[in-house]
Amino acid sequence: MDIIYLTFIIILAGFLGFELIRKVPATLHTPLMSGSNAISGITLIGALGASGGDQNILTTVLGTLAVALASINVIGGYMVTDRMLSMFKKKKDK
Amino acid sequence: MDNIELLINLIYALVAALFIIGLKLLSHPDTAKKGNFLSSIGMLLAILVTLLHKDILSYEWIIIGILLGGAYGAYKAKSVEMTQMPEMVSLFNGFGGLASLCVGWAAISGMNNFVLGSTGSFVFLSVFISILIGGVTFSGSVIAWGKLSGTLATKAYIFKGLRSLSIAHLVGFILVGALFVAEPDNGLWLTLAILLALSFGVLATISIGGADMPVVIALLNSYSGLAATAAGLAVGNTILIVTGLLVGASGLILTNIMCKAMNRSLTNVLLSGFAQPRASTEKIEGEISTMDPKDAFYILEAAQSVLIVPGYGMAVAQAQHVVRELQVHLEKNNCTVNYAIHPVAGRMPGHMNVLLAEADVPYELLYEMDAVNPNMENYDVVIVIGANDVVNPAAKEIKDSPIYGMPVIEVYRAKTVFVLKRSANAGFAGVDNPLFFKDNTQMLLGDAKSTISALVREFGDE
Repeated sequence: MDIIYLTFIIILAGFLGFELIRKVPATLHTPLMSGSNAISGITLIGALGASGGDQNILTTVLGTLAVALASINVIGGYMVTDRMLSMFKKKKDK
Repeated sequence: MDNIELLINLIYALVAALFIIGLKLLSHPDTAKKGNFLSSIGMLLAILVTLLHKDILSYEWIIIGILLGGAYGAYKAKSVEMTQMPEMVSLFNGFGGLASLCVGWAAISGMNNFVLGSTGSFVFLSVFISILIGGVTFSGSVIAWGKLSGTLATKAYIFKGLRSLSIAHLVGFILVGALFVAEPDNGLWLTLAILLALSFGVLATISIGGADMPVVIALLNSYSGLAATAAGLAVGNTILIVTGLLVGASGLILTNIMCKAMNRSLTNVLLSGFAQPRASTEKIEGEISTMDPKDAFYILEAAQSVLIVPGYGMAVAQAQHVVRELQVHLEKNNCTVNYAIHPVAGRMPGHMNVLLAEADVPYELLYEMDAVNPNMENYDVVIVIGANDVVNPAAKEIKDSPIYGMPVIEVYRAKTVFVLKRSANAGFAGVDNPLFFKDNTQMLLGDAKSTISALVREFGDE
């Protein structure tokens, strides 16, 4: 891949990340961490090719291991974040 | 680019947008749940569309992997206690790191000699970096998990030669990195790279004490994202690069907030284990006065405004539900109840907020440190539950205290302070707390949960 193009992506995504997260209030920092945990499970996408590519045994094993580990992050991360966020409630109207 | 590949990349762009909107919605408690949902839809789309790729020939291993990992993840997500969130997040950080390590490794193990020869060194460098960051994240997270879950001792583990050993690792990274990029098919360099990364992760985390854990978890969270970025560079996948960076940036921001809240630099947190802690020369003189719940109840009954300051001790005692009961009784008695949360209270960013949310405390009652400090004099009673260093006036008064300069919740300026604590010993950081000796401080010694239950009973008996 073109290295200049990659550099652009890295700089823009980095800044975007900073701008987005800076606005998250302290109350939501734990769900933010478990949520970003789930998002970092995106490694799963990279692992699919290795796991299902019909390559040598080592690659398939590594790929499948990565798929399993990243799935823990994705599914566990989204579910626990949802569970936590369901607990955040406003004051009941009196 | 053929049509399928074009479709995949278009969907990836959509997925990136969904992640970004998801994170944006996370900035308010009312919309956060929707944000998390959108982000999960993005992930699902990314997975489904990737399966169309021509390089993916068989699905059985993928399905087995997803089912096994997904079942375990779902089980953990359903069964975890809210008090155990820090352990779970660090364990998941570790899994993410290990997954990226495997993806990086698989990127070269799948290459035959011909492909190896025609691949640029940039790819090998990316593989090396993903193995490095992934390995450090994995072993570091496992140690952090051990410390948080009590499997390992929580105090900083320091030994002679730790610093030189760390420097040797850093030099080793550069050497092995250069050798690996030059000779990627040599298994020795690959093995060395993995071993170095794993041992550095252990080394860097084991020397950090329990009170600094929020910083470490946030930092490892950031690493798990950066490892995904490096893996994305290794396999040439844009969505991994972009998404990994979003997570990396998020972790770094949290790390920075935590460091500021302790008035320390990141280097200081990471390297403080390497320096000898200074012995405090000043001894605190004075008497500690204790009170039993019955007397405390009479004071609370007369109070117009109460501030509750929870700390890690509330999590340990699982006291959040009785705290909420006490709040309800106080409110019935026409008393306003607020909560003040220090940024590093608990063992991870936002830990206290989640526990109180679990106990049905409305989030509007929770205030940050800077919001309550100016009005501290107006509170009749402050109840400190299992917090110590975050309310320690030594941070303001004693110049050679290790926590001097750290911003704290200035509870000692309130009219009366109740400190709920197991014993009058020093806190997690091992620092004496002059708060216990103040004239307006009353210690309610014992398990936080049973003390508060006793107070609740007094209210109930009326």
